[in-house]
Amino acid sequence: MPEEKREFVCISCPRGCEITTVLDGKSIVSVSGNICKLGVKYVEDEVTDPRRIVTSTVRVRGGVTPLAPVWTEQSIPKGMILRLADGLRKVEMTAPVKCGDVVLENIFGTGINVVASGEVDVK
Amino acid sequence: MHDRFGVAVIGGGPGGLAAAIEARRNDAGRVLVIERNERPGGILPQCIHNGFGGDIFGQDLPGPLYAQRFIDEAVQNGVEFQSDTMVMGLDSDLTIHAASRRNGYIALKAGAVVLAMGCRERTRAQVRLPGTRPAGVFTAGTVQRLVNIEGYMPGKRFVILGSGDIGMIMARRLTIEGAGVVKVIEILPFLTGLRRNYVQCLRDFDIPLELSTTVNRIIGRERLEAVETVRVDPELKPIPGTEAMIPCDSLLLSVGLIPENELSLRAGVELDPVTGGPKVDERMATNMPGIFAAGNVVTIYDLADEVSKAGYIAGRSAAEYARNGHGGGGDTVDIVPGENVRGVVPHRVNIREGLDTGVVLSFRVSRPIEGKAVIEVMHGDTLAASVRKPFARPAEMLSVHVKLKEINRSDKNITVNVRAADGE
Ligand SMILES: Cc1cc2nc3c(=O)[nH]c(=O)nc-3n(C[C@H](O)[C@H](O)[C@H](O)COP(=O)(O)OP(=O)(O)OC[C@H]3O[C@@H](n4cnc5c(N)ncnc54)[C@H](O)[C@@H]3O)c2cc1C
Ligand code: SF4
Repeated sequence: MPEEKREFVCISCPRGCEITTVLDGKSIVSVSGNICKLGVKYVEDEVTDPRRIVTSTVRVRGGVTPLAPVWTEQSIPKGMILRLADGLRKVEMTAPVKCGDVVLENIFGTGINVVASGEVDVK
Repeated sequence: MHDRFGVAVIGGGPGGLAAAIEARRNDAGRVLVIERNERPGGILPQCIHNGFGGDIFGQDLPGPLYAQRFIDEAVQNGVEFQSDTMVMGLDSDLTIHAASRRNGYIALKAGAVVLAMGCRERTRAQVRLPGTRPAGVFTAGTVQRLVNIEGYMPGKRFVILGSGDIGMIMARRLTIEGAGVVKVIEILPFLTGLRRNYVQCLRDFDIPLELSTTVNRIIGRERLEAVETVRVDPELKPIPGTEAMIPCDSLLLSVGLIPENELSLRAGVELDPVTGGPKVDERMATNMPGIFAAGNVVTIYDLADEVSKAGYIAGRSAAEYARNGHGGGGDTVDIVPGENVRGVVPHRVNIREGLDTGVVLSFRVSRPIEGKAVIEVMHGDTLAASVRKPFARPAEMLSVHVKLKEINRSDKNITVNVRAADGE
């Protein structure tokens, strides 16, 4: 298979290193431009299984605000983002909500939970 | 006048919370945070995306969770809160005038005050967008509040003006909530937000970004119906014949933040016209004795982590002032922006014997340097420090650490320059 050059911007920290990689199919021949090891990990994941943390909101009954912020504690495959967002629109919690309260368990069989990332007091 | 506080902090965002925690840890006595919202946390409860805490916690946290950690820590450290309370005035003798629904008008006296009021958004009036005035033109932060806190989606088809972090983050947020984002347009020839946000917010969702383009006209009677865009030349002047019509029902303005300093001005605090915030020294002390400042009220930082760190410094200095009635003093050296540099913070440093921990100078460049860049810190004609960076972009605040010991003459300014590293 011919070698192919691909450019990435690492999103693991705000620095945003521009990383150049040479790929042979899905295997990485070389990586350059990264400042730390996280950059290599990012490119590996981006080539084989790109993932993102997803943040959104869910409805809350009886709270001082009508929504609670939530997030996937670990990153999930990119292709699942919009499906998860759809699912979250159907969820309703009841106040009080505390950081870490589980909102959805084991989403799409990934073993990853969606949990609350903020607090909502009772009205 | 009832209670007397060691340190009173105005604003309960990350800057104010960090200042309050550190003031308590430094024996300031009673420490109070006054916040006009129902809950402390500042802007962070509406910033539900992750990207916070990398520096301070070594973890990538959503905004509300980052804020909650500081709120919990403040409570554990015995910080007192007065929420739902708006500060209306601050006198030079450190009397604070505030009002709340519960208590009406109150006056408080503090041994030292930390200003941590954050910033506000620039609005349509400030970017002079021509056209009619229909509904559907919002600032990005307003929409963020509606969507993330109130649970209300104000439009179906958005155009976003401004490629800063807030604009890009809202592009993703609106897409995830099922609204259409046609494109993000930016008048400058470069991205003004962090590139990680470009990747995660625009590229991941195939939202186009158009540089060197602005909104020429706003069209619609009752509700926005379309915007006319136009490309601009390097002088940012519209290029005739490049107009394009984009049907949409909402325009999001993400055109910059301005430090919130009406209170500071009335208290006699001197402001820097470039940053829009108080002129401070390395202890975050303003020109008014006993008044300190932290966070976006001083200058618009990229990261909440940096705001919190500035808050720690302000809190420590305020505690010292509250205990001794002073802090620092003596000769200072002015720090001035040089070549390709805007708004250096701090604006001056105190010369103190034996202080060799150094000071961190933070600033932005005016023009991007895409190759290697050199930051030069000059004291008079002498090179005090020189630091290399892989690049320098206006979107990213640069910081250099300079030793104070080597800077011991107050008759010479410190100047910061950033230029391309040639000959490599
Ligand atoms: C949309 C958006 C996205 C962001 N994304 C990120 C990110 O991904 N990562 C990151 O690290 N940073 C991010 N930031 C930056 C970060 O949020 C800010 O740097 C930080 O919140 C600033 O903190 P602060 O304490 O200075 O101000 P604020 O958080 O604005 O807090 C100021 C507080 O003061 C209160 N106040 C003002 N005036 C008065 C008064 N007169 N009386 C009483 N109270 C008053 C206000 O109500 C407010 O609560 C983002 C910012 C925005 C707006
Ligand atoms: S490679 Fe390391 S330093 Fe560069 S953006 Fe990624 S995490 Fe940050």
